[in-house]
Amino acid sequence: MRQRSMSIVAGVLVATALAIVAGCAPKKGTTTTGSETKVQITGAGSTFVNPIMSRWSSEYEKLTGVQVNYQSIGSGGGIQQFKEGTIDFGATDVAVTAEEQKDFTRQFVQFPVVAGTVAVVYNLPGVTQNLQLSPEVLADIFLGKIKKWNDRRLAELNPGVNLPDQDIVVVHRSDGSGTTYIFTDYLSTVSTEWQQRVGRGKSVSWPVGVGGKGNEGVTGQVKQLPGAVGYVELNYAVQNNLTFAAIRNAAGKFVLPGKSTGEEATRMAVEKLKQDIGSSVVNMPGENSYPITGFVYVLVDKQPKDAAKSAEMKKFFEWVLRDGQKMAVELDYVPLAEEVAQMSLQKLAEVP
Amino acid sequence: MEAQASADSKATDHARGATFWSDRLFKAVVVACASVMGLLLLLFAYELWQSSQLSIRTFGWRFWVSRDWDPVRERFGALPFIWGTLLSSIAALMIAVPLSLGTAIFIAEVAPRWLRQPVSFVVELLAAIPSVVYGLWGMFVMVPWLRENVQKPLAQRFGFIPLFEGPAVGVSMMAAILILSVMIIPYITAVSREVILAVPRTQREASYGLGATKWETIRYVVLRYARVGILGAIILGYGRAVGETMAVTMVIGNRPDLTTSLLQPGYTMASVIANEFTEATSPLYLSALTEIGLLLFAITLLINALARFLVWRVTKGEGRY
Repeated sequence: MRQRSMSIVAGVLVATALAIVAGCAPKKGTTTTGSETKVQITGAGSTFVNPIMSRWSSEYEKLTGVQVNYQSIGSGGGIQQFKEGTIDFGATDVAVTAEEQKDFTRQFVQFPVVAGTVAVVYNLPGVTQNLQLSPEVLADIFLGKIKKWNDRRLAELNPGVNLPDQDIVVVHRSDGSGTTYIFTDYLSTVSTEWQQRVGRGKSVSWPVGVGGKGNEGVTGQVKQLPGAVGYVELNYAVQNNLTFAAIRNAAGKFVLPGKSTGEEATRMAVEKLKQDIGSSVVNMPGENSYPITGFVYVLVDKQPKDAAKSAEMKKFFEWVLRDGQKMAVELDYVPLAEEVAQMSLQKLAEVP
Repeated sequence: MEAQASADSKATDHARGATFWSDRLFKAVVVACASVMGLLLLLFAYELWQSSQLSIRTFGWRFWVSRDWDPVRERFGALPFIWGTLLSSIAALMIAVPLSLGTAIFIAEVAPRWLRQPVSFVVELLAAIPSVVYGLWGMFVMVPWLRENVQKPLAQRFGFIPLFEGPAVGVSMMAAILILSVMIIPYITAVSREVILAVPRTQREASYGLGATKWETIRYVVLRYARVGILGAIILGYGRAVGETMAVTMVIGNRPDLTTSLLQPGYTMASVIANEFTEATSPLYLSALTEIGLLLFAITLLINALARFLVWRVTKGEGRY
């Protein structure tokens, strides 16, 4: 009896070990269900684009049966995996620079698929209207130079608003994120002091404030902390009923983040994008353009290993750039301006 | 008769053969299991060491004492994170150990039999809660409550003491310490209880027989007998506190400062890795984050070794029970 149970134990251990080894074996990119072979496209990257990407992939699967699997592991991870060739496309909130492209062993194209606006949100008991902020004041708040909500410079921008005598608590993202990149890119563009002291990046050394993890972390902090100010993607501000500020744009007008103001900003960027598709689109000219706007870019191989799959992927992104843009609005993203979508389609055409 | 005997001996031989065979297989399997663990550990240390080379070569020992953490200019230093990790975990232990020991003694020695199971169950339930749930609870319930009822009065009355320097924003070292202590209490309690229950009855009876009171028996016999095991329980709890990431990240404020105030935000080694690893693209940045992982690994090993040493010192020369 004892011997048998010992053998059973040994057997189980061996079997477990084998199962673990088997579990590690690589999986194939296509799955065969019955007789038909389904095309599966895998992508990874930006967390910001995840909600709309899931929507696109489920709608597209209903239409064509092609499956698009997207893993929102972060832009950095997306670029890394794309570089290593483990995924079919990567998505990133920050375009791959010419410098970084030197590290790539493969030819690829990058193009915007959707845009988004970053809202400056705050929690001020008794203040329900949208505050007006100038770029200088916004930079000084995040530099820690403006410390109170009833600061003279804030009051001058917001006549008639009863600003409380409350400490400003800056809340920023603690995790590396494209949202932080867009926001600090904007601050670096409008404030030389910010550019010199802090700079632009997915993670920066914040002069003041506390860090929240993810958009939801920042949203949560701002919501429960009177006097807090932070920045989140617009959809988080809208869904959580946070009040957000109107920012003075390059044309001197105060504009709120939203579909039309973001779209206007992308339209204004067309000339710049013609020079370099990866150029920054913050602080664009135009009376109605929201200054803290950014794109999500997709990276696709120019010399794909699997031509059939690549053709399917091309069709998917063509659909995204045409029909998919309507869905962006429902999820508080900014659809690409027609001219920009056309440019993306041209870039996509370089893929065989 | 002879044939019978020979058949018997054949049967025994057969049985013995089977025993040898299965014993050997079993031994091989468990040795393999154990060596996989050791091998993993070595591989882990080697990988961390290898991937941190760039950072080690760039910053040298200054990495340990530098307060810079600037991903844009690629200047990295681990001191605020080391400080935050040590401060939060040690302070959490200081809260959790007395509470856990008290609970363990209550369950094992004091509580009536019918109450033991329910109390143990409730404490162990705490261990089953995922850390993200602790984090959410911390962020939305504990932090606002702490801010209004503890931190603000403290900052107003005792703000002149560096330990309670304001402003009170809620997310802070204090919040991290509290949440960590709640999270490690069930571990320390459960293991300590088992250890205390394992103290032989005869020890207690002898103590009572000598006229000791309940308190004296617990203090001088039970706890003394169980102390090595209890130290083990504390190390287990400490390991969890050092490595805890999600819940801490959500309430600590993630600010790499060398703060002495419990009301100020801080940062831990595990948190910064979790926060920044996914979006770290430059080789030096990645390498610096990996070196923090290596340091965390080293600190954990060091603390474990220190605890072993303590156990060894304590039990030296008195013959282990």
